[in-house]
Formats: sequence, structure tokens, C-alpha cells
Amino acid sequence: MTFLAVIGRVVISFLRAAGRIGLFAVNAVKNIFLPPFYPRELFRQMMNIGYYSLPVVGLTTLFTGAALAVNIYEGSARFNAESTLPTIVVIGIVRELGPTLCGLIVAGRVSASMAAELGTMRVTEQIDALTTLSTDPFKYLIAPRILATVIMMPFMLVLVADTIGVLGGYLLATAKLGFNSGNYIKSTVDFLEAIDVMASMTKAAVFGFFISLMGCYHGFNTRGGAQGVGISTTNAVVSACIMILLSNYIVTEMFFSS
Amino acid sequence: MNNQVLKISLNGLHKRFGEKIVLDDVNLDVMPGESMVIIGGSGSGKSVTLKCILGLLTPNSGSIKIDGQEMVGIAADDRKKVLNKFGMLFQGAALFDSLPVWENVAFGLLAQRLHSRDEAKEIAIEKLRRVGLSPDVAKLSPAELSGGMQKRVGLARAIAANPEIIFFDEPTTGLDPIMSDVINELIVECVKDVGATALTITHDMSSVRKIADNVSMIYHGNMIWTGPKDKIDQSGSEYIDQFINGKAEGPIKMEILKG
Repeated sequence: MTFLAVIGRVVISFLRAAGRIGLFAVNAVKNIFLPPFYPRELFRQMMNIGYYSLPVVGLTTLFTGAALAVNIYEGSARFNAESTLPTIVVIGIVRELGPTLCGLIVAGRVSASMAAELGTMRVTEQIDALTTLSTDPFKYLIAPRILATVIMMPFMLVLVADTIGVLGGYLLATAKLGFNSGNYIKSTVDFLEAIDVMASMTKAAVFGFFISLMGCYHGFNTRGGAQGVGISTTNAVVSACIMILLSNYIVTEMFFSS
Repeated sequence: MNNQVLKISLNGLHKRFGEKIVLDDVNLDVMPGESMVIIGGSGSGKSVTLKCILGLLTPNSGSIKIDGQEMVGIAADDRKKVLNKFGMLFQGAALFDSLPVWENVAFGLLAQRLHSRDEAKEIAIEKLRRVGLSPDVAKLSPAELSGGMQKRVGLARAIAANPEIIFFDEPTTGLDPIMSDVINELIVECVKDVGATALTITHDMSSVRKIADNVSMIYHGNMIWTGPKDKIDQSGSEYIDQFINGKAEGPIKMEILKG
């Protein structure tokens, strides 16, 4: 009986948390479309989330593309199928590694930053101050962050991640593995399909939504002082990463399941 | 008192967090132009009272009226209109780190969209000057200011839109005695300047004696005494005598020990 009670409590607690996050998400999305709008705040968030994440996203995918090329070359050599390298690199990067790695990196950088910033604003009463200044915190703080992430993830970060990831494979293949530059590019372009790019950008938008939602939700609901901010930041990153990996599977199934 | 002219009226306000009752039966009337100070120890319910009035917390029962308008259960848009009447100085100033000082001061003006950014900046600089800060401070970040300067900026923000009601939450906490007196003086002057009704919560008796017209003491979620500042030394309440004289011995301490 005690064991069942424990399971029951865990399930109820999980459902409560899911319900709270769901309501938070609905409120956030609703406020993206309802005035007043804060374009300055949106622009500031787009710069912070998109532009300032570019170096780390670019570096990570460059080296991942190169490492992927080495692995595929070594593996395909066992079947004398080295010529498939450009195709597998571009599909692997665009469909899977580009958006997923980019999502996980941005979750670490942006979700943590949002949770810490909003959490600090909560414990120092800055969010209460917004309300007393006739400003809805959802419209001023949450909506611009979510919209900025959903825009910048597909239209800047993942496009760049995919391109640089493929470039990493190309540089490694042409400089070290003896591939002809023109043939490599032709294979890459020939085998890349529109649906691959669409899947990549859809994943990016979905990941962007969860990254910002988790960062905002945990930050906005921070309790206590410095310790509370720390807990919120950790929870934001962990839950964003879980949601990225979960939604990655679902979107992949939606696009590519036969 | 005539209910029609009350600026703030609390009746039977009750607020609990889980099993813990924070406000039991709070009743308070504040007249227009009056400076009311609520005193009480830590955890007595002072901040919760303010937050209930502002709508940051929802009371479990009771009534809150501003200018005769019921605030409990009011629609969000109507609440926003009423909140335009308020200015508030927070305990830690609660300045927005991401904005320069002038934008902090002008935030409410810009939010109400009644002024252009240039006009709002001019008003902000004027309000900063009013609280003794030079225009050079306007472009600084809040993190570059001392605690006393942050309080002044918070005060400038509170008075920026010439509010009808100003709340002061522990305005002198964390300041040295001289800076506390400077802030108290500024509060008195600024409230007079804008002709506002003021509601202050504090446990600093020098603030009470400087700022208040009337004083109310909250204890265990109830207002146990309300009266003019001049009568506080002759209140006849052991609780108030102990509090205002800062004595370790008395009914408040004994009850805390029992708890």
C-alpha cells in the first residue's frame, strides 16, 4: 500500500508539473500575439540568443562534421563504399546532428541564462516591480524570449550549424582523405533533399520553443534566494535537454517514418 | 470615516499559505493625502498586505478597495488601470539590471505610452535631480550605483508618473543612519510634491516618526493598534511599547519563544 501511495504521489506530482508547464506555455504563446509588443526587447533577445550563440555552435558543428567524416570514411572503407561519405555526412548533419547538437548547446547557454536572469529578477522583486509599473511580465519578459528563440534557432543557428557541419566534413575529406573538391560538393548537393532541410528547421523551431519555455518557466517560478536560482537553472537545462531529445525522435518519426 | 472618500480600504483581509495563516483579519482605512505607516516584526504580514493590495498575491477572503473600487476579483485590464495610480519603492529598489538608470525611472511612463522616449528621458532626468542625483547618473547601469543611490533611483521611479498612491517597502533597510534620514526626508518631500497618499511598511522607528501621519501595528496577521503618530508613545499597548522601544522582554518575544 505504501509503495502504491509513493507511485501515486509521483504520478500526481508529475501531472501537476506538466499541467503547470502547459498553462504557462499557453499563456506565453497567447501573449506573443496580443499587444502591447516590445520590439526592442525582442531584438535584444534575438541578438543574445542568435548572434552570440554563433561562435560556440559553429565551432562545435565544425569539429563534429570533421569527426563524422573520419568515422564514416573508416567504416565505409570496410565495404569499399568510401564514395558515400559526402552523402552520409550531409544527411547525418542536416537531419540529425546539426539541429540536435545546436539544440543541446543552445539549451546549455540560453536556457540556463534565461532561468538565471528571470530567477534573479524574481528573487530581487524585479518581476513584481514590472507589475506595479503596469507591465505584464508575460508580455515583456516571456513572449519576446520565446519568439526570439523560435525565430533564431531555425533561421540562423541551425542553418549555420548545418552549413558549418557539412563544411567540416568537406574540409577533412578534401584535405586529408584525398576527395576531389568538385565531386564532394556535387555529391552533397545532389543527395540533399528539401525534406531534409525542412526537417532540420522544424526540429530547430521545436527545440527553440522548448529551450525558451523551460528557461522561462523555471526562472519565472524561482523561489528562495541564490540556491533557488541555482536549482532553477539546473532544472531548466536538464528539462530542456530531455524535451529536445524526446521531440527529436517525434519529429524524425513524423518526417521520415515509412 | 466616510467610505466614499477613503483612498485605500481593507476589510477582513485573510491570506494563508497552506496551513500558515499570514493575514487573519486585517482592517485598515487610509484617507487621501494621508501618510500611513504599518509597523510590525519580521513575518508579521506587512509585505503580504502590500502585495495583496497590488494584486501580486490574491487574498483568500476579504475586501480591498481603492477609491471605492473593489480590487479582489477585478478583471486584469481594470486592475492595470488602477495600478497606473500606484508608485512603489521596493525594499531592494528592484531596479532592472538590463536597463540604464534613466530607463528604469522612465519605465512606467514608457509602459503607459503617454510620452515619447525623448520626453520620458527628460522627465526621468528631472526626477533624478529631484532625488538629489545628477543627470550623469542617468546613463549608468544600476549595478554601478551604491545602495543609497539605488534607493534614490527607486524613489525617482516611484514618483515618475506622479502617482496618486505610493507604497514604500522598508525604505531604509540596509542603509546607514545618515542615508536613512536622507531617504526619509526625500520621501516626505516627494510625497508632498506629488500630493500622493503614502503607505509605508517598516520596522525602523526613525522612519515612522519622520514619515507617518498615522501608524498601524500588525501582529500575527491582525492590526492591533491604529492611531496618530503622536499617540504611539501613549498607545497603552504592551506590544507597541515593546516594539517601538526595541525591548527584548515583552509579550512579542515571549510568544515567539513559545512558538
